Amino acid sequence: MSFDVPDDRKYLASHEWATTDEPTRVGISDFAQDELGDVVFVELPDEGDTITHDEAFGVVESIKAVSDLYAPVSGEVVAVNEKLRDQPELVNEDPYGDGWLLEIEPSDESEFEDLMDADEYGEQIA
Amino acid sequence: MATRRPPLYPVHEDRGAGFTDFGGWEMPVEFDSIRAEHAAVREAAGIFDVSHMGEIRVDGPDAETLMQRLTTNDVSSLGPGGAQYGCITDEDGVIHDDTMTYALPDGSYLFVPNAGHDEEAEQHWVDYRDETDLDARVTNETEDWAMFAVQGPEAMDLTVDAVESVGAPLAEESDDIADLGRFSITEATVAGADCLVARTGYTGEDGVEVLCPVDDAEAVWAAFDCQPCGLGARDTLRMEMGFLLSGQDFDPEENPRTPFEAGIGFAVDLDTEFVGRDALAAQQEVGVEEQFTGLVLQERGIARHGYEITHDGEPVGEVTSGTMSPTLNEAIALGYLPTELADDGTEVGVVVRGDEKRATVTTPPFIDK
Repeated sequence: MSFDVPDDRKYLASHEWATTDEPTRVGISDFAQDELGDVVFVELPDEGDTITHDEAFGVVESIKAVSDLYAPVSGEVVAVNEKLRDQPELVNEDPYGDGWLLEIEPSDESEFEDLMDADEYGEQIA
Repeated sequence: MATRRPPLYPVHEDRGAGFTDFGGWEMPVEFDSIRAEHAAVREAAGIFDVSHMGEIRVDGPDAETLMQRLTTNDVSSLGPGGAQYGCITDEDGVIHDDTMTYALPDGSYLFVPNAGHDEEAEQHWVDYRDETDLDARVTNETEDWAMFAVQGPEAMDLTVDAVESVGAPLAEESDDIADLGRFSITEATVAGADCLVARTGYTGEDGVEVLCPVDDAEAVWAAFDCQPCGLGARDTLRMEMGFLLSGQDFDPEENPRTPFEAGIGFAVDLDTEFVGRDALAAQQEVGVEEQFTGLVLQERGIARHGYEITHDGEPVGEVTSGTMSPTLNEAIALGYLPTELADDGTEVGVVVRGDEKRATVTTPPFIDK
């Protein structure tokens, strides 16, 4: 099975993605949503909270599994995808679009260098 | 121990199933999505490969006595073609396994231990037979049979289409498999194979469980044209009904429970002599201190196995099974509570990752079936 890995963003080994513009939008990959199966609940921080590179910032739950979400980069949360409260299935349906999780104002641009590009991430999940 | 695989493993793999280890068996957990498979069973029909379930045949002059002594229900009440739910308990009345016992048309008994329990059950039967000098043969046929469950409101129509002919004991009254009574089993031909078809299941829906020789598994599976379903959907379906899962909702080591605590006292007949009978009679006399019940979360979150249940901020129990109900779109859970807290409507808490969420005690089934 092949998974969509857009090359306009970067990836964490734990399957989160981040755009490199500001604010940075964060979500989980097509591979991750497929592994989880039907997403039924997403627990996210509030606007104004700070999240830290490589540390857990929330939880995504599918019918069969609970999975921590890890921050691709550090920064302040400036937006949370409120649609996921009532439509968590958007994470399955459109993981790189309407199923985004949150937007952050990155505090350390150098952290993007720790992330994988699409080719590297594609190899990881191959 | 080496992982066991169902005979249709390659067929499921080609179909794109994901697999999980369950009781030492590598079984399909999901074919398409749990939600889609669950909905198919509630609204139409689905087929599950449940070949991980054990099959032990017991025959000979004392077969009935052996079954009567080792299961909690009244096996002597079963006529040929009858089926019965019961428990296998120890001297303390603790459930080691739950099982369906089938009285086969040929006079033998077939019982169905849970995944990975077949060898232990076989040994238990053999040891007890030898100790008590009963004349019965015990044969572990788990590797000989494939087993499929076809469940849902359209399951019997599919079964009528798939079954080519029926044998004893149904044939005496009818040749239509649709006339097979609930908790009954008959011989039947499906895709040219000699099968056993029982009107039993684990989803709360009407339907059948089909046992077929492993060599015929592919043809028999293909004879039922409906949604293939994995163990993921089987789990959400049984949880909506409040059905127990062996090893999770009870476990002789980690969560020892009696049938009365587990809410399956209907499967215990104290008028029969079985291992554990005296302990259970004593418990029935005094009543249980804890009982199995359901919870519905009133706040966002999902209760999972092992999460603490609280009352007035104090721990009072643990969730044994929990999920988001695909039918209700509500978080439901099962677990044991002190009897005085087990009434419907009692407000309790479930600690979800450190946060106490409000929940309401709700006797299952959670859905109207």
